[in-house]
Amino acid sequence: ARPLQSTESPLSTDEKLTPESDATSYNNFYEFGLGKGDPKARSGKFKPTPWTVKVDGLVSKPREFGLEELLSFPLEERIYRMRCVEAWSMVIPWTGFPLAALLDTVEPLGSAKYVAFETVVRPEEMPGQSGFFQPLDWPYVEGLRLDEARHPLTILALGLYGKTLPNQNGAPVRLVVPWKYGFKGIKSIVRITLTERQPPATWNMTAPNEYGFYANVNPEVDHPRWSQASETRIGEGGFFGANRRPTLPFNGYEQEVSGIYAGMDLKANF
Amino acid sequence: MAQLQAALPQRLRRVSVWALYAVGLIPATWGFWLGATGRLPGNPVKEFEHLLGLWALRFLIATLAITPLRDLFGINALRYRRALGLLAFWYVLMHFTAYMVLDQYLNFAAILEDIARRPFITIGMAGLAMLIPLALTSNRWSIRKLGRRWGKLHRLVYVIAAAGALHYAMSVKVVGAQQWFYIACIALLLAWRPLRPLFMRRKRAGAGGQRVTPDQI
Repeated sequence: ARPLQSTESPLSTDEKLTPESDATSYNNFYEFGLGKGDPKARSGKFKPTPWTVKVDGLVSKPREFGLEELLSFPLEERIYRMRCVEAWSMVIPWTGFPLAALLDTVEPLGSAKYVAFETVVRPEEMPGQSGFFQPLDWPYVEGLRLDEARHPLTILALGLYGKTLPNQNGAPVRLVVPWKYGFKGIKSIVRITLTERQPPATWNMTAPNEYGFYANVNPEVDHPRWSQASETRIGEGGFFGANRRPTLPFNGYEQEVSGIYAGMDLKANF
Repeated sequence: MAQLQAALPQRLRRVSVWALYAVGLIPATWGFWLGATGRLPGNPVKEFEHLLGLWALRFLIATLAITPLRDLFGINALRYRRALGLLAFWYVLMHFTAYMVLDQYLNFAAILEDIARRPFITIGMAGLAMLIPLALTSNRWSIRKLGRRWGKLHRLVYVIAAAGALHYAMSVKVVGAQQWFYIACIALLLAWRPLRPLFMRRKRAGAGGQRVTPDQI
């Protein structure tokens, strides 16, 4: 990880940061294994450079972006709450830039309604993608509505804690959508495609009754196997330092984002 | 048949059972100490809960393994079965207590809702409920008092083990290699029970054919 320059953002929270050691050792990244410690322990062979992201579909100017080009966008530090669907949360300082800035450069067509994302497939570097038990279909895919993708809070992150992303956090480039459950934040992105129809999303396809396409953080819609009303903040000491706090609608970003869902039934479209 | 027992003198045999209780509780004690002092990484409460649940499954597996070990390999560890079964019970109880106290902060409304509405928790809770009568009747007095019914009652352990495996598999987002391993262990140990009479009949018939005659002694 090398240092990244960035500017501060008014969209950052002033909540206490999760210790970097927790944010980089307690991860869900099934391409490296199912355990929380697997991504850190088993991602040593992964090579995040060189890297290109292909942007295509319903755009006027489809093209590929090299990693250096992505790093040349004006980078901001965004300190966001991160709420995992498993009812735990962190506060993470990301370094990145609004996805809208990237979309602007390729000029989406009027027919584009959704944005589809795809993670790299490299079984030889990602031990979770090979072997007898394959938990998910690869590549991992995710999607956003175009207005969600263009929302100022939605960023492509290239770093955290002021440095380039470690492999276990989705190096070299990942999506961060802070009002949605963490699994929407697809990692190690190789392709971004603008589409007219709602694109498939990995967890939604795997268990549609448990994970919706929208996956907006919502304390009133339980996961079938656990309540989403509260969450545990990671990295606040042992048994007695940990505290369960209430989960906020849209993960506390209700003011910023609820407008784009006006008139939608968020319990049906969970 | 009784090599393992014969290897230990009478006095040590009793001590070895108590040693099993002591050793069996080490994972829980160690895990609690690590968690209480902030040495468990990430989500310490969940780590501790999972540790207790996994050891409960391990002790259930060990309890169920006693019979096939004797049948198939002639290893008699019957002496340790009660301790293993009780350790399983304690671990399940600690697993539930950790969930109740450390995870849910004794929020009984949330706990009752979990038990009623989430099938994997309902199944886990049923496993704990079924373990209680077994733990209460694990003493000599109950064995004498209940006679034949004791054996019937304690067959509940088969249902409990199946519930434990199911609870574990249903609790995770995707069933991975580790879950399949525990499911397979428990499935094999349970499958042995209906196969056992057939196997024992054959074994006895085989042994009968080679029985040493009095004049050979």
